[in-house]
Order: sequence, then C-alpha cells, then structure tokens
Amino acid sequence: MSVAALRSWTPAIPRPSPLPGFGITFGFTLTYLSLIVLLPLAALVWRASGLGLDGIWRVATTPRVLAALETSFVISALASLVNAFFGTIVAWVLTRYRFPGRKILDAAVDLPFALPTAVAGIALAALYAPNGWIGELFAPYGIKIAFTPLGIFIALVFIGLPFVVRTVQPVLQDLDREIEEASATLGASRRQTVFRIVLPTLLPALLTGITLAFARAVGEYGSVIFIAGNMPFKSEIAPLLIVAKLEEYDYAGASAIATVMLVISFLALLCINLLQVLSRRRFGNA
Amino acid sequence: MRETATNEGSVVRWTLIALAVGFLALFLVLPLVTVFAEALRRGLDAYLASFADADTQSAILLTLLIAAIAVPLNLVFGICAAWSVAKFEFPGKSLLVSLIDLPFSVSPVVSGLVYVLLFGAKGLLGPTLSDWDFKIIFAVPGIVLATVFVTFPFIARELIPLMQEQGTAEEEAALTLGASGLRTFLTVTLPNVRWALLYGVLLCNARAMGEFGAVSVVSGHIRGLTNTMPLHVEILYNEYNFVAAFAVASLLAGLALVTLVGKSILEWRHGDGLAAARRH
Repeated sequence: MSVAALRSWTPAIPRPSPLPGFGITFGFTLTYLSLIVLLPLAALVWRASGLGLDGIWRVATTPRVLAALETSFVISALASLVNAFFGTIVAWVLTRYRFPGRKILDAAVDLPFALPTAVAGIALAALYAPNGWIGELFAPYGIKIAFTPLGIFIALVFIGLPFVVRTVQPVLQDLDREIEEASATLGASRRQTVFRIVLPTLLPALLTGITLAFARAVGEYGSVIFIAGNMPFKSEIAPLLIVAKLEEYDYAGASAIATVMLVISFLALLCINLLQVLSRRRFGNA
Repeated sequence: MRETATNEGSVVRWTLIALAVGFLALFLVLPLVTVFAEALRRGLDAYLASFADADTQSAILLTLLIAAIAVPLNLVFGICAAWSVAKFEFPGKSLLVSLIDLPFSVSPVVSGLVYVLLFGAKGLLGPTLSDWDFKIIFAVPGIVLATVFVTFPFIARELIPLMQEQGTAEEEAALTLGASGLRTFLTVTLPNVRWALLYGVLLCNARAMGEFGAVSVVSGHIRGLTNTMPLHVEILYNEYNFVAAFAVASLLAGLALVTLVGKSILEWRHGDGLAAARRH
C-alpha cells in the first residue's frame, strides 16, 4: 500500500495547527467543565441510580408529585404555544415594518433574559393580585389570576417570550423576498403567499423557539413561585417540590423528581427535534 | 398603503403592529414599571430608607462579591474554551460544545440540587468536608459554585462562533513574523474579539447578579451572611415589607436595563465584532 493511500485511509487525524497553546487551554477547558458541570451532574445520576427505577417510580407516582409534574408540563406547553403565536407576530412586525419606537421594542424583547427572575416574580404578583393594576380589572368578575394556575401561566409566558422571537427573527430577516415575489407573480394572493410560502419556511425555527421556551418554562422557579400561590395539587410546580424535599433533607426524593423532570424534558426535546427534521425535509432547509 | 402582491394592506399592518406592541407592553413594560411604582409607593424617603438596613447592604455587597468571582472565572474559561475549540481541530469537538451549553438546559433548582448532593451534610463529599470543617453548602462557596454553574456558557458561546468565523490566518501571520504565542493572542486575537467578549461579560454578569433558583437552594438564607440581593428580595416580600422588597428589586431592574442598553449599543455600533447570530 502506498503512503498516499495509507494517509487517505487513516481516519481524520487532527490537522496539526501552527498555533500554540492547545494543550493548556484544552486541558483547562476539560478540567473546569468536569469540575463545575459534569461531576455535579454525575452526583445526581449516582443518587438517582441508588434509588433504582422502582424507587424513582414510587416517588414520581405519589399523587402530589404527579399533580406538580402535570401542572409544570401542561402549563409550560400552553405558555409556549401562546408565545409561538405572539412571538411570530412580534418577530414579523419587528423585521417587516418600520414604525417609531421599533428599535426600542426590539431591545426590550430581551428583558426577560436580563431581569432577575425574583424581580419578575414579585412584579407580576403585584400586577395580577386582586388589588393590582391588572388584577383589579378582573376581580369584579370573580376571576383570580395571581395565586392560581393562571398566574403560573402568565409568569411562564413572560419568561418564554424572547425565545420564539429571537429564533424566528433571523430566519425572517434572511428570507429571500424574491420567493414571495415569485409566488405573487404566479398568481397567489398575499394571504396565500404568507400562509403557504412564508410561514412553512419559518416552521423549523418556530419549533426550535417553542422547544427552547418550553424547556425553560418547565424548569423555571423564581418568577413562578411568587405568583403561583403554591397550593399542593393545584398550583404547585415540580421545581418547588424539589426545593421542599431538600428542605426536609429528603435528598432521594429531590433527586427522583429532578430525574423524572430531566427525562420528560429530554423526551419532549427529542420529539420536537424529530418534528424539526421532518419539517426541514418537507419544506427545505431554513 | 394598499394591499399589493408582496405587502399587506395597512389595516392588516397596523393591526399586527398594535397586537405586537400591546403584547410587549402588557408583558414587558408593565411589570418593569410596577417594580419602580411599588418601590416609590411610600415616597422617595421610604425608598431611600430601605437601603439603610444593614442586612440589605450586606446582601448588595455579597451579590457584588459573587459576581466579582464568578464572572472572571467564566471569562478565563470562555477564552480557553474558545481558543481550543475555534483554532484547533480535534475529535469530539461538537460534543464538547454541546456539553458547554448543558447548564442552559438544566433547571436552576436542579443546578443547585447537584451541589447539595455533592457537598451537602448528607451528600457524597459532605462527611469529608465536615471533617475538614469546611462548609460549602449554606455558605458563600456554594453560592459561588451555583452561580458559576448557571453562568457557565455565557462568554464561551459568544466567543466560539466568532473565533471560528475569523479563522487562524491572522494569528499564523503574527507567528510567522516572530511574535510569541501570548503576544499573538494579546495583540491579534483579543482585539478581534473584544466586543463579543464584552457582550458575553455583560450577559454573564447580569445572570450572576440576578440568579435566584440555584442560589436559593444552596444558600440557606442566612441574613447578613448568605443572602444575595434576589434572595433578600424574597425574604422582604414574604415579610410583607413590600416597599423594601421592591426597592432592592429596583436596583436589580436597573441592572437589567443597563445590561439591555449596553447589549443594544454593542449590537448597533459593533455588530461586525459580534458573532453572526448577534448581528441585527
């Protein structure tokens, strides 16, 4: 076998780089990553595996934990769907239209990323409490928002909002206007072009945004606990139950709930990733 | 404007603008206004008096201390990670990048929980630590660790894509001309990524100062000792001391506004110096 053939046969050996410093930076990166992230997460896996599958199942299927998991996942799903709707409109308006205050509005979209969750939590609780600015509008009709599942929904819409806008916006910006012109030339009405050309192109990005918003909402703690009321079986979220277990020094129970949450989130992410692959294949890459 | 083949009519346009503006006003602007309105509800004197409290002051100092430790740590990590990932080829690179992003997909509460499982009284290393008489959980080291965990990817993920875009040609030229590795980094690489670096630091700092869930799990809420500003907001709020709670919250909201303004300026003025995803 000639040398050239041998070289092409050997699998990708790292291309030698003339730059120095790989050893020390790569070594530090791996060490720091292992110490800060991987080792602690391994502690969770270790704790959960100590319980065994039936141990985790027993904790996860107690009525109070089941209720909390249901609350977390169902309300997170609803909130990310609402964000999908309004987020797409916001992204559309910010990229397609020019109006006074647009740049400020664009910058404001990131507020839920920048505002500490505890601050958002007490502000939303104050706003939607029966004597708050928004709460008092609904109180006369007997509608309570804060301290009910509706309050959790409001908080989760707040924290999920930037995810959809920030994933859809760049795709919309890069979208070739000529495709829309072509569609119009071929006789499509504006409505047909938007619903059959533009929106399907946005779908993969939109699904990514929904996934990110959903994943964030399921794990969210700070902005929710102030407005939720935290009533067991009614408005108690799963992360709060982890904190409650920890306060009772029930490490096993806390690890079990955390594991179940991680597994369900992981499965949800997997499903949406599959959907994404399918829609990419169906509507081309975006 | 009338509806044309490639534009919506003005009715549709203004309806959409009204929907977007209304939604953002309701969900973003109103909560922000509420923070300041509630903080000033009893007047400016009551607002300012909130900051005379010794526990409030120590909470502010602790938050500054935590950020002053966590941000530089993640800065050094971000630079090392970006240098090795962007300038070199090695197997398993995309796995490494996903692992760096991992803390973003973990619930804040779980981020705190993992450290309790490791260092808590009944944790894996808890007995060893108590033999050495060293406390991590319910003490400042635990708060630092939890904060480092949740802010872990911020700087690395701004630098990696940008340094990948920039390639290695300029560094190779500097080396050929006889510059040392460190000098090449300081005079060629660093100036090329300075705006992205600042951007990452800004976001990292905002999260470090504002983190609640992870810190709440490991802190133990000891007033004057392990209480950060967000935790102090919670304590004051639960004591029905609303003016003081919103006063401390208003400082954090101010920090968020400064962060947003700084971030927007970087995007508008120095968009070329940021990774492609950040250019508007």
